[in-house]
Amino acid sequence: MTQAQLQETANIPVHIPEPGVRKWQDYFSFNTDHKVIGLQYLVTSFIFYCIGGVLADLVRTELRTPEVDFVSPELYNSLFTLHATIMIFLWIVPAGAGFANYLIPLMIGARDMAFPRLNAVAFWMIPPAGLLLVASLVIGDAAEAGWTSYPPLSLVTGQVGEGIWIMSVLLLGTSSILGAINFLVTLLKMRIPSMGFHQMPLFCWAMLATSALVLLSTPVLAAGLILLAFDLLAGTTFFNPTGGGDPVVYQHMFWFYSHPAVYIMILPFFGAISEIIPIHSRKPIFGYKAIAYSSLAISFLGLIVWAHHMFTSGIPGWLRMFFMITTMIIAVPTGIKIFSWLATMWGGKIQFNSPMLFAMGFVGTFVIGGISGVMLAAVPFDIHVHDTYFVVAHLHYVLFGGSVLGIFAAIYHWFPKMTGRMFNETWGKVHFALTIVGLNMTFLPMHKLGLMGMNRRIAQYDPKFTLLNEICTYGSYILAVSTFPFIINAIWSWLYGEKASNNPWKALTLEWMTTSPPEIENFETLPILTTGPYDYGVKHAPANVSPSENPVFRADLDEPYPSIESDIETRI
Amino acid sequence: MKIPSSIWTLLIGIGLTLTSLWYGQNHGLLPTAASDEAVLVDGLFNTMMTVSAGIFLIVEGVLIYCAVKYRRRAGDNEDGPPIEGNVPLEILWTAIPAIIVIGISVYSFEVYNDIGGFDPHSVHESPIMQESMAMPGAAIAATLNDTPPSTAPNLNQQKSDEAMQDPATAAVRNADQIPQKQDAPGVGIVSPSIGASPENAGKPPGLKINVTGLQYAWIFTYPETGITTGEMHVPIGREVQINMTANDVIHAFWVPEFRLKQDAIPGRQSELRFTPKVEGDYTLICAELCGPYHGAMRTQVVVEKPEAFEKWMQEQLVANNNTLKEAVAVNPANLTPDEFLAPYTKDMGIQPAMLHHIHK
Repeated sequence: MTQAQLQETANIPVHIPEPGVRKWQDYFSFNTDHKVIGLQYLVTSFIFYCIGGVLADLVRTELRTPEVDFVSPELYNSLFTLHATIMIFLWIVPAGAGFANYLIPLMIGARDMAFPRLNAVAFWMIPPAGLLLVASLVIGDAAEAGWTSYPPLSLVTGQVGEGIWIMSVLLLGTSSILGAINFLVTLLKMRIPSMGFHQMPLFCWAMLATSALVLLSTPVLAAGLILLAFDLLAGTTFFNPTGGGDPVVYQHMFWFYSHPAVYIMILPFFGAISEIIPIHSRKPIFGYKAIAYSSLAISFLGLIVWAHHMFTSGIPGWLRMFFMITTMIIAVPTGIKIFSWLATMWGGKIQFNSPMLFAMGFVGTFVIGGISGVMLAAVPFDIHVHDTYFVVAHLHYVLFGGSVLGIFAAIYHWFPKMTGRMFNETWGKVHFALTIVGLNMTFLPMHKLGLMGMNRRIAQYDPKFTLLNEICTYGSYILAVSTFPFIINAIWSWLYGEKASNNPWKALTLEWMTTSPPEIENFETLPILTTGPYDYGVKHAPANVSPSENPVFRADLDEPYPSIESDIETRI
Repeated sequence: MKIPSSIWTLLIGIGLTLTSLWYGQNHGLLPTAASDEAVLVDGLFNTMMTVSAGIFLIVEGVLIYCAVKYRRRAGDNEDGPPIEGNVPLEILWTAIPAIIVIGISVYSFEVYNDIGGFDPHSVHESPIMQESMAMPGAAIAATLNDTPPSTAPNLNQQKSDEAMQDPATAAVRNADQIPQKQDAPGVGIVSPSIGASPENAGKPPGLKINVTGLQYAWIFTYPETGITTGEMHVPIGREVQINMTANDVIHAFWVPEFRLKQDAIPGRQSELRFTPKVEGDYTLICAELCGPYHGAMRTQVVVEKPEAFEKWMQEQLVANNNTLKEAVAVNPANLTPDEFLAPYTKDMGIQPAMLHHIHK
């Protein structure tokens, strides 16, 4: 290539996809605006929540009677396998990423994420991965070895379904790693100059902890799955005992990711709840630093507890004791959070709107899951209830009573910001009431079922458990019904709801200091902080703020805000 | 008269403690404790239930109290008091859970030790070493250990081969893909699990049973008498050691009434020692997902008086001989599937419902 040609090539401008939404089709495109990507994540993951929910109801319908009479046992195993995979990898984890995408740049005063195109790539891995999984069910050959896919079982059941499952989870894991890199760099490098770590909203702290956890643990899952794929498709014997492999090694690799995964699923919503409770209680968050650091502590401890899923696999006695103690210790930072939320509400002026109701529901039900988690950590007791409905109850109290209620609280809370419209409060409360009733009716009886001797992942069970199973099944139908008021409310309010002001909750974090919905590059001018994120009731914080006349949030005219193009060029 | 808040706190505290203590003992959530180990585990569970009930009541109580007391009155647009923290309070609520979990850990440690979790004898000298010593070319190592490899018949292997002849088992598993790797009390990796309790440490168990899990049945072999059954019988008060392995996929041995569970892993041998305590028929459940008919992988564990156990043992010895003769005399081709399967499924604890599904 001649010098002139090189020069010419260099002068061709790099194509930067246009950020922002100008028409509805933009939501279906490779858009690089973090707000569009955030909504893409949220809507996609919610669709998968509905699919996962239908699968759950099919599973519960089978379990209404002790016999196998609704679906075949093979299909039953596929149903619960895909239910778990979809709920974890396609609903809770991406929903957390969706909020992070939408909120992090707004909360730290940035124009976009650090790597906008990487961000879009991370999102666009999710739909194909999800479609793969759903397709495997449609062709009737879905994975049926449980979401844990323990070999040798996963190696002797259907190859096609298992292969698709591995491919799909690998894609989702990759997406999650790409997202985590982006969140970390954005949080560490793109805060406005006046925002130190201790002025960061707690949701940002939670995402910092979550992203670190994703980066450290997800590659191990990927490694485990790739080795499993070799065993499945290429006939190697890493985990296959016929060739001298060890199935327990897979369990170590799997749980090294999959236990941290529960913190990946709950930490973002710990963060969201820490935003919601102070705003709707009109009080500063109690113990800001304690909550922030407890996220990091959970993130660190989360990496060294995985073997508590393997207490009955036969690991050495001392190792069981080590993992028992590390698991129990996690109760301490989690307790700090729960007590701090209660103390935030104490003496406040609690407004019972939908976000606050879901947030209080979160605290009230998560604590049940947390308590049973401490019980499960005790080795002698875990040996009794491992792989039973007690565990199913525990994990649903944590992930439904925790993460899912957290997601709904967050959706209601940030709905006005995202859409520029208020949701209908009455239908929000109907949604809440149905969810709480359905949730407890479905999962509370499972504690007793597990303790009495009902193991999990079975299509047929001892007839003495029929009554409790019936209650669980009807509860799951209530949960299914509870989704409808939400869907209708969300769509109707988005289109026709009452127009929301820029800051309907009178909040002090930066995302409320711009228009609703925010303009394409978030802020007109570089925001400057003059108060902390939760200074409610503090004298200098005005009760009613708007971007133009807000002394908390004023434009710094001396420091020009870089244009998005130059921003992206310097970053990529 | 206005009652001071400290008295209220005291009264609530006493009420809470009493309620928790009562609930911890009277929750009625566990089945019969049918082994010595189960009693210890139940003690731990009851303690945790007491503590949990207390924490649950405190958290939910404060939540509901806040919801009622601190709700925003109409027209009140003020903010609450700007209280951002309270260091002594935060230290207190960090310290209390920390002390509670340390306490539960110590108690769990005690129970785990008492049920035999730390039995040093349950971890044998590395069996892999023995195997490699027997390999050709391991002459130097062989001089260090002159024990010849065991020539005893491989009972579990024989019985699993027999079981594989049973269409009910063979039809639903991928036959012969994963042959049994080893005799249960033989080579392979020994998974340390629940061994002898400290008072029995070093003593041989009262009764040994080899257990093999395969899709979807349990096979029990009593090595001392050579009998094989699909139903486990154990006498009261004698310490039982079971040596477990699996033929195909991971299974898990669980008797809820014994509060014991252990995975049976192909390529590994795992052990459990326990002492049955209460007479009765209990269900042995496979707790690890092992395939579509996982839910049907159940059988009976009969805990009986020593005399009844001896009687049963004698019957089995006779029955085992008869079954062998029958197997030679009857040509299976002349039987309908149901007739053919009946004796097998009875022994293996397979439910009729499961057969129905398999042969649908």
